[in-house]
Amino acid sequence: MATLHTKTAARAMMAPAVIVLLIWMAVPLAMTLYFSTLNYTLYNPISQPFVGFDNYSYFLADPTFLAALVNTLVLVVGVLAITVIGGILVALLLDQDFYGVNIVRLLVIAPFFVMPTVAALVWKNMMMNPVYGVIGQFLTAIGLTPIDWMTEVPLLSIIIIVAWQWLPFATLILLTSLQSLSADQKEAAEMDGAGALSIFWYITLPHMSRAITVVILIQTIFLLSIFAEILVTTQGGPGSQSTNITYLVAQQATSYGDIGAASAGGIVAVVLANIVAIFLVRLIGKNLDA
Amino acid sequence: MGQIHLEKVRKTFGDVVIIPELDLKIEDGEFVVFVGPSGCGKSTLLRLIAGLEDVTSGEIMIDGAQATALPPAKRGLAMVFQSYALYPHMSVRKNIAFPLKMAGMDKAEIDRRVDYAAKTLNLDAYIDRRPAQLSGGQRQRVAIGRAIVREPAAFLFDEPLSNLDAALRVGMRLEISELHQRLKTTMIYVTHDQVEAMTMADKIVVLRAGKIEQVGTPLELYTNPQNTFVAGFIGSPRMNLLSGAEAEKYGAATIGIRPEHLRLSTTEGDWTGTVKVSEHLGSDTFLHVETPVHDEPITVRADGEFPIHAGDTVYLSPQQDKLHRFNAEGLSIR
Amino acid sequence: MARSVSIQRKIGMTILAWSVGLLIFFPILWTFLTSFKSELQAISIPPVFVDFHWTLENYRTIQTQSNYLHFMMNSIYLSLGSTVLGLIFAIPAAWAMAFSPTERTKDILLWMLSTKMLPAVGVLIPIYLLFVRFGLLDSRLGLIVVLFLINLPIIVWMLYTYFKEIPGEILEAARMDGAGLAKEIVHVLAPMAVPGIASTILLNVILSWNEAFWTLNLTTSNAAPLTQFIASFSSPQGNFYAKLSAASMLAIAPILIVGWFSQKQLVRGLTFGAVK
Repeated sequence: MATLHTKTAARAMMAPAVIVLLIWMAVPLAMTLYFSTLNYTLYNPISQPFVGFDNYSYFLADPTFLAALVNTLVLVVGVLAITVIGGILVALLLDQDFYGVNIVRLLVIAPFFVMPTVAALVWKNMMMNPVYGVIGQFLTAIGLTPIDWMTEVPLLSIIIIVAWQWLPFATLILLTSLQSLSADQKEAAEMDGAGALSIFWYITLPHMSRAITVVILIQTIFLLSIFAEILVTTQGGPGSQSTNITYLVAQQATSYGDIGAASAGGIVAVVLANIVAIFLVRLIGKNLDA
Repeated sequence: MGQIHLEKVRKTFGDVVIIPELDLKIEDGEFVVFVGPSGCGKSTLLRLIAGLEDVTSGEIMIDGAQATALPPAKRGLAMVFQSYALYPHMSVRKNIAFPLKMAGMDKAEIDRRVDYAAKTLNLDAYIDRRPAQLSGGQRQRVAIGRAIVREPAAFLFDEPLSNLDAALRVGMRLEISELHQRLKTTMIYVTHDQVEAMTMADKIVVLRAGKIEQVGTPLELYTNPQNTFVAGFIGSPRMNLLSGAEAEKYGAATIGIRPEHLRLSTTEGDWTGTVKVSEHLGSDTFLHVETPVHDEPITVRADGEFPIHAGDTVYLSPQQDKLHRFNAEGLSIR
Repeated sequence: MARSVSIQRKIGMTILAWSVGLLIFFPILWTFLTSFKSELQAISIPPVFVDFHWTLENYRTIQTQSNYLHFMMNSIYLSLGSTVLGLIFAIPAAWAMAFSPTERTKDILLWMLSTKMLPAVGVLIPIYLLFVRFGLLDSRLGLIVVLFLINLPIIVWMLYTYFKEIPGEILEAARMDGAGLAKEIVHVLAPMAVPGIASTILLNVILSWNEAFWTLNLTTSNAAPLTQFIASFSSPQGNFYAKLSAASMLAIAPILIVGWFSQKQLVRGLTFGAVK
């Protein structure tokens, strides 16, 4: 509801942001799509013959792709499982009455602000190093044999590092949701004879379901493109044991110079992300009406 | 100066017609009240005059000059909003000074005017406070102060009292009326409360579904409602509107009689009825009487000390000269 | 309503909560402690906690050997540059969406959100090649533009949710009071939205500071921010735990502090207002 004058002004003010984003999205994507149909390598930049879907069949048939796809899914699901379950537990804990709530809150949130490269390096060297790392020393101290995390369980190591970074995010959002639950509801349930566990199961958890969905979807977007943590720890190895699709595509381009295959991989990644994005946009769009 | 003419003004939002073609003349110095049930288009009409919405077609003339396409800032009107719309980050002084600052007035003149406005509105004590530190009534005064310093051609009020509690509302009503007496500037006032309309207006515009049902002085509307809608809307408690056999006796489709124009008796009268509820207000007693002539209870005003109880039998007789007759279209028969 | 909790329960909860908090915080705490140790103490077996000779040597070495300040300045340039650019584009857009919505506003907002979901790797190749072509590789300007673009949807969304809480009547009052569009934004909207704009700036600085895909792929040294600086420590160079720790602390400390101040807004910004 406004006048023609303000509507015109509004359109003019919205235009720059919309246009730059449109260019940012459309131009490179179109180029990626175009490159993905060419036999294009950095080592032979003169001739770039059209090859149709060859890059896709090459990229998709590569056993590394399948491994990377599986790794990507394991990484996403693993981190989600840890952060959602852990996040619920920590949120429930932070919601309790205890001394120093605010300080503990800061402690719990801190990892989220640590840049990915720092998080990965600190964990790789100072936590997970089999000899000098804190975990290794602890295991030795209690008489167990420490493991070499990065070579024996590379993917699990990365899952742990990434989960550590994202646990605060999940906790913070779930806590926000938890604190918006009215005490009346819980008290009403108590009057109806529900125990603590029933209250959690029938009242608290359903109340948090929306926040949980948001956590899952938003984290998924970021987790699909985990890159730095792999680069500075395992570099996708040993072999391709900890390579995800993002890392594989970047590797195709920067290490092998295969622009065509990397572009095809990029498009595959876009398609995968879109499947997730559709759900998220629906969810948030619904919220816009409310 | 403050003459506002609307000519063939229409307003639609998409396919929804808010205001079908409408003509209205507001003369300089008049206190005009737009009244009607919610959703009748009265606020939209005010916003069209203010320039906050565009007319779909038609013309708005202010003091004889074409104003249809002017932005709100250029129309020389001031508005008091329902939510007061004070600037929360500015002190009372800065709030009141804002329109003057926007007009590029020099500082000494701004100070002079703001001080004067603050004094007349009893705001001097709060001049350096923020709106959040004021009561509802004080905020309302700041909003009025912000409007009067500009010496506008006309004031627009959009349900300004609806956020105040009942006691404060009566006080502010008086203050606004006094303000009008003093300034003699055109005021257009939107409300859904017919009591506000009756007590404040020089001229009332009754609106329904964007259409003007009747324009007139409060007394004209009270004594000569042109149709059943106005008859039922103006006056409190509402006029009793009866149709059917009883109306036919008077040669009308519907007859209307106000509660205060029914003679009440415990012994004889035209209509016999049983008291269902009696509301004792002290000065008056309102009885809701069930009668065979009408399927809803008829409201009657009686004296404050009229000794009556629920279940009693009473007799009602309409005063013939105060009886309103309406035809099948709901229009008044003269 | 809060009921009186028995004191034993509260003490028990305190112990439990602090344990969990410290466990989660431990890697950062350990890095902090190690950064003040000598390299030898840093890898001593068993590890020492606080009972060591505290030294600032590592911090000194980091600056002299690795030119920390250069990377730090780049991080500041990139995060502030992209944030300022973002605000210039986002404030008018968010104003329009919040106060002059049309039937398409919602679609545009969701579309903006969906660009955020475009995996970076899908556009890496062309951006990389364009950067090579236009000599933007390893330039601050190029990276500022990229960071601005990837965060623009979040900035627009955050500002939009904040602006929407400002009643439209106040802006209309300003219009009635004779303010034009520019004055309306400068004198009324901006001052009222200061808290929202401030949180938006904070979140955007955090996200840009920690961005580690584009900064790693599009810079080498000139424009390299702290993410790249730390990544250079990934190749083992013998005994370097203490220096790695010092470098890490230097890289995360500024943003950790900023983050602690803006944690509440973070939820809102990162969930696009879906959880308040």
